[in-house]
Amino acid sequence: MRYLPKSPAERERMLAEIGAASIDDLFAVIPAEYRLDRDLDVPRQHAESEIVSYFRAAGQKNATDYASFLGAGAYRHYRPVIIDSLVQRGEFLTSYTPYQAEITQGTLQAIFEFQTMIAELTGMDVANASMYDGSTGSAEAVMMAVRVTGRHKAVVAATVHPEYREVLATYAKHQSLPSTLVGYDRETGRVDLAALDAAVTEETAAVLVQSPNFFGTIEDIPAIAAIAHAKGALLIVSIAEAVSLGVVRPPVEADIVSMEAQSFGVALSYGGPFCGVIAAKEKYLRQMPGRLVGQTVDSTGYRGFVLTLSTREQHIRREKATSNICTNQALVALMATIFLTVYGREGIRELAEHNLSKASYAAATLGSQAGAKLLFTGAPRFHEFVLQTAETPTLWSQRLMDEKIVGGLDLSKWYPELGNATLWCATEMVTRENIDTAARVLAAAPVEA
Amino acid sequence: MTTNATAPKTLGKVRPHQTQNEALVFEKSSPGKRAYKMPPLDVPAVDAAALLGDAHRKTPGLLPELSEIEIIRHFTRLSTWNYAIDLGMYPLGSCTMKYNPRVNEAVARIEGLAEAHPYRPDSLAQGILDVIDLLQRCLIEITGMDAITLQPAAGAHGEFTGILLVRAWHESQGNARRKILIPDSAHGTNPATAAICGYTVENLKSNSEGGIDLEALTRQVDEETAALMLTNPSTIGVFESQIHKIADILHAKGALLYMDGANMNALVGKARPGDFGVDVMHLNLHKTFSTPHGGGGPGSGPVACKAFLEPFLPTPVLCKTGNREQGTGNRVQGTGNRQGLGTEGPGTAGQLHWIYDRPQSVGRVRAFYGNTGMFIRALAYILANGPDGLRQTTEDAVLNANYIRAKLEDLYELPYKTASMHEVVFSDKRQAAKGVKTGDIAKRLIDYGFHPYTVSFPMIVHGALMIEPTESESLEELDLFIEAMRAIAREVDETPDLVKTAPHSTRVSRLDEVQAARKPILRWRPTE
Repeated sequence: MRYLPKSPAERERMLAEIGAASIDDLFAVIPAEYRLDRDLDVPRQHAESEIVSYFRAAGQKNATDYASFLGAGAYRHYRPVIIDSLVQRGEFLTSYTPYQAEITQGTLQAIFEFQTMIAELTGMDVANASMYDGSTGSAEAVMMAVRVTGRHKAVVAATVHPEYREVLATYAKHQSLPSTLVGYDRETGRVDLAALDAAVTEETAAVLVQSPNFFGTIEDIPAIAAIAHAKGALLIVSIAEAVSLGVVRPPVEADIVSMEAQSFGVALSYGGPFCGVIAAKEKYLRQMPGRLVGQTVDSTGYRGFVLTLSTREQHIRREKATSNICTNQALVALMATIFLTVYGREGIRELAEHNLSKASYAAATLGSQAGAKLLFTGAPRFHEFVLQTAETPTLWSQRLMDEKIVGGLDLSKWYPELGNATLWCATEMVTRENIDTAARVLAAAPVEA
Repeated sequence: MTTNATAPKTLGKVRPHQTQNEALVFEKSSPGKRAYKMPPLDVPAVDAAALLGDAHRKTPGLLPELSEIEIIRHFTRLSTWNYAIDLGMYPLGSCTMKYNPRVNEAVARIEGLAEAHPYRPDSLAQGILDVIDLLQRCLIEITGMDAITLQPAAGAHGEFTGILLVRAWHESQGNARRKILIPDSAHGTNPATAAICGYTVENLKSNSEGGIDLEALTRQVDEETAALMLTNPSTIGVFESQIHKIADILHAKGALLYMDGANMNALVGKARPGDFGVDVMHLNLHKTFSTPHGGGGPGSGPVACKAFLEPFLPTPVLCKTGNREQGTGNRVQGTGNRQGLGTEGPGTAGQLHWIYDRPQSVGRVRAFYGNTGMFIRALAYILANGPDGLRQTTEDAVLNANYIRAKLEDLYELPYKTASMHEVVFSDKRQAAKGVKTGDIAKRLIDYGFHPYTVSFPMIVHGALMIEPTESESLEELDLFIEAMRAIAREVDETPDLVKTAPHSTRVSRLDEVQAARKPILRWRPTE
């Protein structure tokens, strides 16, 4: 086996040194009836060339040459080439969690830079070293708010990503943490402020909203914060599209921000690995989940970085830890750090403005086709919009696929009240030609006889 | 904190290293530098301020501004400050720091897989679904279980999912039960997981051999016990030889056996948890199945279970057309691929689909389907090995650990003499008598060119040195490691201060963790 660095003679020599007659001696402790006396029924050993062929074929079977208007928590942005050049350096790729600080300063300094960038972009004081993804990060943020406030109820906007809400429900179920769902305004697509005000009580630990929300609409964060804070609840803002922060005002009134940083240079990869991160006001630091990197000095006074405040974590605190999280998404956080360094202060704004322009054109073009109507026009959007069509989405989406285009996401599963509604996303990767073609296909509904 | 006397030094020679200093990326920035270029807009440009109104960002975030060459140098220089498997042995016990094959990285980046949107129609995702399906079937076969979910993002997330399955099953039987038993040798994630699943944790004391004390277990298991979370082989690298009795004791009281699969690298191809009484377990693809640790993630923590727990798996589950009842896999079926992948490439007949209508499911534990990029890498690893390679891998991992044990047990105290599997745990008892602790020996090991072992864990061994070489070490590398450990043992006798002040060869010396925690500096800020 080509990954194993031993010759048969070396194995024999080692067995002799150990004093074992055969390798089976070393497994004798496993009761005989539980030892596997046959080959595993898995595919035979393959050559590297065969492995590459297999996955190439899988990639081709997936169909690669489609333009796509899909977003909904997973966004296709251009990934600068140097991201993969750098993260594939073995020193980053094949290193463990930086517990031994003297020989992991590279990872530690990069995470410190990541934490700084996330804090800067979100308008929070501090950010952690990453969470699994945006969905679990939101659930962890709610649990963090429970620890901070000592309260045990959550109020959640229906405009938070439905799968994020499902994950929260899974986490909250066994922690006596009931959630109240608050609906949205049918004109703006924003959370219904009157309903929110009615739902938040003195028992509410946290209000969880997403902005830009699942419909692509930017929530009125100052107004939502005022409602939450009036009752002593924390405001958690979930951000699923991190690139929005290049042009959208950061949610500075929030107490905790849970962000999915996939948009910062992370491949879609059919939904993972992505990169969640939690940022917060400094006063809530000791209740944050996950790893944190801090600056310190070495014994001769030079600057260095270490994992810090680990008394919050499971390997020290065990069942009293702030979270059970251990492995996070370090290498993906490094991708995001490199991405943000490439685009920088000006680039992230320009990139976000390109997205805004593409989506404005797409919304106006698609929304003006006969039988199509743009919903939620009463509030600002980033790069996603909801389109209602006279025709059912299954019909026109098949025609779009014939043109090698994947259209908007059918919302009927989650928001049946919206009828034939679909969620469209136009990033900088979508071309005007894609948009015009999609509009032509949408307009080409068969005329009823 | 504002005086110069306490400000950290950041300039000047630190320690011999090819790249001495590299400022923070923010400190290298200067306005007007660019590393990007947007293509011309092919649609009308909008006025963002007018369009967004109050929601428009007025102040940009303080991101750095650099050119491309500076970014390449910055991160390349940082990388040289890391130790890595690619540089040498990384014997962190319980972490399974094995070789991360490069073909894994190559195939995970194939365009049709890396650029697949998770909400693309199933009909356009058959290639990646084939990959997921084959990996599921391989992992079911390897574990001897009946069904699996790949959704959990890491080991601790898998534990969470597994205990949710336990809880859901007990609830379906009319009583969720109250407590989870956890041995005192367990990983910290185990009790933390039990707590977030709403269970109280009851500690189970290890016996004199570091294993499960059957009498204590019998005493402590009752009608309120939901499960025992067991790591097997245990964190001291010992196989629970009474495993069948453990399972029987639990099952007799209606409790389940959860296995933490962190140490699965000792078992693959040699024994299957499903055969020795385990009801539910998680795997760490970033340990046993060679996906890279990446400085702390991403991981992937699939959960495999017996058929009676299958209805509770997180949604969605993968299913083949016309086979709705089959659910997530079937042990009897195997991979059907023993000889190869066939000439027609991935997949057999039938379309794969995600099924969401699962009324008994514990719900979602993550958006989308899991860390799919890690599934691709893990399957590439399994294909590269085949059944013979997987078995040889396990044998070599166990051989390496036992070789180290044999070569060091005269100098380092072996608290448990039980046979070692894939890792060996010594204690610093003899060295501590000279005032040198396991943490000091670990730091000194750095000077000899090795990453330290796991320090002070498991907690049942005072001053533990937990060494897991994995199968990836050659005899030559093992001998160098052994030589280093023996040299350090001599130094403890002759020049203990040399060990206590180690490392001496690194770019920075021991870092002040107390200061870091007392007044945390968690981000860079511009100087006034």
